[in-house]
Amino acid sequence: MTNALLILISLVTLGAAATAMVLRNLIHSVLLLIGSWIGVSVFYLWAGAEFVAFAQVLVYVGAVSMVVLFAVLLTRRSRSDISVSPDSVSRAISAFLVGACVLGVLLYGAVFSALPVPEGHRPNASVHQLGMELLGPQAAALVIIGMILTVATLGGVVIASTGSGEKKEDPS
Amino acid sequence: MNPPFAVLDPLLERAPQILRDLLTSHLPEPWRWFVNSLLAIIVILAVFGFLFAALTLAERKILGRVQNRPGPNRTGPFGLLQPIADGIKMLSKEDIVPRDADHLLHFLAPVTLLASSILAFAVIPYGRNLVPVDMDASVLYFFAVGATTELAVFMAGWSSHNKYSLLAAMRALAQLISYELPLLLSWLPIVMISGTLSTTGIVAAQSGWRWGWMPTWHIFTPWGFAGFMVFMVAALAESNRSPFDLPEAESELIAGHLTEYSGCKYVFFFMAEYFGMIALSGMAVTLFLGGWHAPLPSLEFIPSYVWFAAKLLTLLFGFIWIRATFPRLRIDQLTRFAWKFLVPLALINLGTAAFWSLSAGWSGPFHLARWAVAVALVVVPFVVMGRRLSGGVAPRTYSFAA
Repeated sequence: MTNALLILISLVTLGAAATAMVLRNLIHSVLLLIGSWIGVSVFYLWAGAEFVAFAQVLVYVGAVSMVVLFAVLLTRRSRSDISVSPDSVSRAISAFLVGACVLGVLLYGAVFSALPVPEGHRPNASVHQLGMELLGPQAAALVIIGMILTVATLGGVVIASTGSGEKKEDPS
Repeated sequence: MNPPFAVLDPLLERAPQILRDLLTSHLPEPWRWFVNSLLAIIVILAVFGFLFAALTLAERKILGRVQNRPGPNRTGPFGLLQPIADGIKMLSKEDIVPRDADHLLHFLAPVTLLASSILAFAVIPYGRNLVPVDMDASVLYFFAVGATTELAVFMAGWSSHNKYSLLAAMRALAQLISYELPLLLSWLPIVMISGTLSTTGIVAAQSGWRWGWMPTWHIFTPWGFAGFMVFMVAALAESNRSPFDLPEAESELIAGHLTEYSGCKYVFFFMAEYFGMIALSGMAVTLFLGGWHAPLPSLEFIPSYVWFAAKLLTLLFGFIWIRATFPRLRIDQLTRFAWKFLVPLALINLGTAAFWSLSAGWSGPFHLARWAVAVALVVVPFVVMGRRLSGGVAPRTYSFAA
């Protein structure tokens, strides 16, 4: 029963992601991608990680999806300009080779790396304990991630700003 | 307390459970759980569906009174049957889909919006032991479910294939992202102080009395009051209510993402807006106003769900009152207000809550100092930033009005 559920969740998630790659309509792709993110959060729910699942929905479905949608909508390109055929046969072959290599490395890593499974005890991951763990032993990592994200945001602001200190028209 | 109340109190308090057990206690175990859940869903849909109908009438009546006119008064006594007439009208209208619209998304948008707004009702504690789903991270669940709103609005605006709808969708995204941040930051102090993400835990943290009479609700602390104000402003914006109804803006965008919707789908949007407003008010009651707790020890004989309903209706009245009296903001004012005023205030409020938590042991004159410092931490940034926000703008000179 639970395995069937897992297979269903992964089929929906991967199916949505695969369809997103194939579709020509960018908005449809984005929406399918969001569907696949929701699938990932359902997987977390299935695995019993409530906190991570809701955080996934809040961050990805709530925030990251908006960024992607804005990027798509603000890109000034009509649907007909996007060329979808490769420039030459050699480029297509090399692209295919590179893609296959990346896939191989990822598959090798996923299938053959040994993940340590603690014997006997199931980790008890209540929200309270997660918080204690994150703000206690893992506090440094949390702060570093926060720093990186802040720097990234600042970089985005710098890139987005037009540079000249143009005056807004008087609102009155 | 009068003797009859002493008998009535536990009976009325436990009435919902007693009724439920009467219906389901004879069922075998897995079925009993299933029927109980089903009952909870049916009750939520019935109660809030009715509240939605009543609210549309109340809103029109109150708006009418505020604007010095009677409001709807033709259907039934005092216009009481107006929601039924509206419902029949809306359901029997033709459902028009534009020829160039993206048919699937055009259909999915209202369904997603309504479904996510109904899901939010699952974690609100409506009374003592009256919470449909009790989770460890239920506050996070509530706001995660709410995050799909912006997606649905975008789907509606984009799939309609109408420039006004698309403009409205862009506006809505900008607005919802801007106000999501203060909304989330405003309740973080509560999680900090009460040390739990579960709604029942947060309500339990607000039980008891300070100095024997003052309820220990979060709103009666300096950081709680500031958080409540930020939360309510952000909630207004998140539910697209006036004065933050820019995405709909009838006069500029001919109702925005709703332009191409009619009939039943339009009702879905309308319902989702009201459900969202009710759910956010319910969450505000839970987080800041003590949930289902009574405001005075002597009033505890009134059942908890009555108190919850009273607080909820008060907040909803506030929503309608604000709609009746505030003019709509401009889009730049709207985003500036969020990023330059609400977000810094909410961040400072986080510091205030940290101070409050660290100074919990202070007593005697230090207790007074604790209150003074916390109040100053709330009021001073508010005044300073408020003056800065209106600096250079007010007082305004009107070129065409004498």
